[in-house]
Amino acid sequence: MDTTITLTVDGERHELTVDTRTTLLDALRDGLGVYSPKKGCDHGQCGACTVLLAGRRVLACLALAVAHDGAEVTTASGLGKGDDLHPVARAFLDHDGFQCGYCTPGQICSAVGMLAEADQEWPSHVTEDLDAPVEIDDAEIRERMSGNICRCGAYPGIVDAIREVSR
Amino acid sequence: MNGEVTGTVGTVGSGTRTGAIGAPMERLEGRAKVTGTAPYAYEHSFEGALYLHPVLSTVARGRVRSVDPARAEAVEGVRVVLTPWNAPRLARTDDREFTILQDDEVFFRGQFVAAVVADGPEIARQAADLVVVDYEAHDHEVDPSSPDRETYRPSADDTGVEPDTEQGDVEGELAAAMVRVDQTYRTPREYNNPMEPHTTVALWEGDPDRLTLYDSTQGVHVVRGTIAEVLGLDPELVRVVSPHVGGGFGSKGSAHAHNVLAALAARALPGRPVKFALTRRHMFSLVGYRPDTRQRIRMGAAEDGRLGVLVHDVMEATSRAKEYAEMSGACTRMMYAAPARRTTHRLTPLDVPIPFWMRAPGEAPGMFALETAMDELSYACGVDPIELRVRNEPERDPETGLPWSGRNLVECLRRGAERFGWRDRDPELRAHRDGDWWVGTGVASATYPRLTMPGSVAEIAHEQDGSYTVSIGAADLGTGTWTALTQIAADALGCDTASVRLRIGDTDLPSASVAGGSSGTSSWGSAVVAAARAFREEHGNEPAVGARSRAGTPENPDQERYALHSFGAHFAEVRVNADTGEVRVPRMLGVFSVGRIINPRTARSQFVGGMVMGLSMALHEEGVVDPRFGHVVNGDLAEYHVAANADVGLVEAEWLEESDPHVNALGAAGVGEIGIVGSAAAVVNAAFHATGRRVRELPLTPDRFLS
Ligand code: FES
Ligand code: FES
Repeated sequence: MDTTITLTVDGERHELTVDTRTTLLDALRDGLGVYSPKKGCDHGQCGACTVLLAGRRVLACLALAVAHDGAEVTTASGLGKGDDLHPVARAFLDHDGFQCGYCTPGQICSAVGMLAEADQEWPSHVTEDLDAPVEIDDAEIRERMSGNICRCGAYPGIVDAIREVSR
Repeated sequence: MNGEVTGTVGTVGSGTRTGAIGAPMERLEGRAKVTGTAPYAYEHSFEGALYLHPVLSTVARGRVRSVDPARAEAVEGVRVVLTPWNAPRLARTDDREFTILQDDEVFFRGQFVAAVVADGPEIARQAADLVVVDYEAHDHEVDPSSPDRETYRPSADDTGVEPDTEQGDVEGELAAAMVRVDQTYRTPREYNNPMEPHTTVALWEGDPDRLTLYDSTQGVHVVRGTIAEVLGLDPELVRVVSPHVGGGFGSKGSAHAHNVLAALAARALPGRPVKFALTRRHMFSLVGYRPDTRQRIRMGAAEDGRLGVLVHDVMEATSRAKEYAEMSGACTRMMYAAPARRTTHRLTPLDVPIPFWMRAPGEAPGMFALETAMDELSYACGVDPIELRVRNEPERDPETGLPWSGRNLVECLRRGAERFGWRDRDPELRAHRDGDWWVGTGVASATYPRLTMPGSVAEIAHEQDGSYTVSIGAADLGTGTWTALTQIAADALGCDTASVRLRIGDTDLPSASVAGGSSGTSSWGSAVVAAARAFREEHGNEPAVGARSRAGTPENPDQERYALHSFGAHFAEVRVNADTGEVRVPRMLGVFSVGRIINPRTARSQFVGGMVMGLSMALHEEGVVDPRFGHVVNGDLAEYHVAANADVGLVEAEWLEESDPHVNALGAAGVGEIGIVGSAAAVVNAAFHATGRRVRELPLTPDRFLS
């Protein structure tokens, strides 16, 4: 069964017809040709498909497209302004926080979402004092970024990049 | 060592005066990668794409009695259901890996037995579930550990490494030794799991028919060669395109069954691109893995730790469908001095998927065993593990008697010891406790051959705008090829990197060897240097527009005259929870000797990435096979754990400033694999120091430290 929905992706509005079983990830990739979010597992286990939905990080492979009719989606390709890279993307380049690049758009969206969560004082598993303001140290970055697997093992560069931006 | 490139192979065209080689240049494709716009195999623009979903065997051995496609064909949007009876015939059927849908035999669970192509991925998947396959199931054997398994000696591997070697009086030395180690080490099945699943988009079109594969591969020409042969096509009629590869670590170093299946499906639907991305679960039976190993190591030494004999006997599982041998004992042939040594390899053929290369095949499991055994010997003799290795330094390659092109293991160990703070280490076992945690440190050596493969060709052309186009069918799987080859070309041409336009990842470009065996930079880089030299010789420094030259990787007579190996030293700090057995690794350091470094930024990432994969091998990775059904029960990224960010602490890598005059014109060896070699042993040795518990079987799950 097909349904027509609208999605605003990186500021551009699209109307598209999807199989009702289509995930948001496949709607973006197969439906719209927006390949910035990647498919690493299709099961919510790797983070490669991470996008921002109204500013919150979401695994697009676990979201049904029809449940997000009218949604505003930001991918790693829409984070910057014009030719200027988003500071997190810039920091990934500066610290070589990637190798093959396949996990990278998801890592960057995840980092942007994660920093916003910390700004809103969301605690994590490693936050010791739940009453004190959240401080993003290395342990917090590692914990909060552990939903994004990097098989190239670029974690040290990823942590360096996010630490720099969080300051 | 000085900073000049010298040696018998010749010098780089214009020296290093441009400063391009050795500069920490940012990845040229980096901007496209951080925005997600670099196209991987699935992501090129295609008109009218169709989607393939396969049906996999659910028995581990037997025959397909029948395939009923009727219910699948009835689904709207299904274009074709391929079965062993209707699939196009192949020209070559002697390699079982590529003999797809040609007969009814089932060699392992998870083999292709049918496939659906449909208008949408959801339709293809639904229809694949509706294909009814009836099997005649036979008894299968998938457990390598049962005692009465048949074994056999494999043939030499693709690089000519022999399975068995023997030198000196092994039995005599064993009998005479004052100190002995005799232990067996085990590594489980491990899976490459690159983040980009193996993917092929296949398209037949034109007259004559031409097949194009947009593939995720470490070698476009390798895939073309296999596919052309299997399909019986002129290679000129097959094009393979792969500009960006989302990791591979060996598994993408050859064509696999899915390439053939996609090509067959596209053949049945000419003019339509057929997209086939394996699911993560498919990757656990179809694209290779590191086979489980059981390695017995015997050492005999004098009281001061000097080795008299080394024996390394390796048992490994392989597939009955196709032989694959991991030469895990090869490192024991060159690592340490000893008057007598023996290495053997035996395979147990099973009804399992076909193993294949995984980062440092042979060296990774082999050095885990050897370097853990060296640690055992150091405790048996009461000699510091670094000093023990120094005492067993061979002056020449013990097996061939050739001089080393540069053996700087001791310098790596000493430099690492200094930086890591080894001198202050108390060797006492289970003596350091920090709260709930036992704390220890460990060391291990690393090695990897300095390989250069023949057969690559580079072409350089001068363009209208003054730039140089450099073309070679090389691959960048995150290794930094785009950037490193640009730097090498700029240096060899004596121009700046902005004037070089590199083209890679396409069989329309001159031929390139596979990105494997850490040989890419050396093999392709040498061809680029040779082409640059030919270009300057033929066209001078003021070339006309359109001037072009080609050259191949030159022969290197020093390959026969020197033992060419890289070395390294790994240090690890490990904490083991006294109550739960949880293992944490807050600190790793690697010091490497790999000749000249082309790009420190990308090389560091390679070393660190290898060390992180070694940490992952040490702590997490194990493909668990259900002997009843022959499948991997933890075949996804939730259950097959690979190191996540929170598993990794401080990981530092450095290298010796050096240049190997014998390896190639660049003085540079590869950096992709040595980072994983020995790193798991350093972790295991540190865990022993922390707890007094010697673990000889990977991975170091908490249960190994309880009970
Ligand atoms: S593809 Fe969505 S989490 Fe892996
Ligand atoms: S950069 Fe390759 S998986 Fe992260």
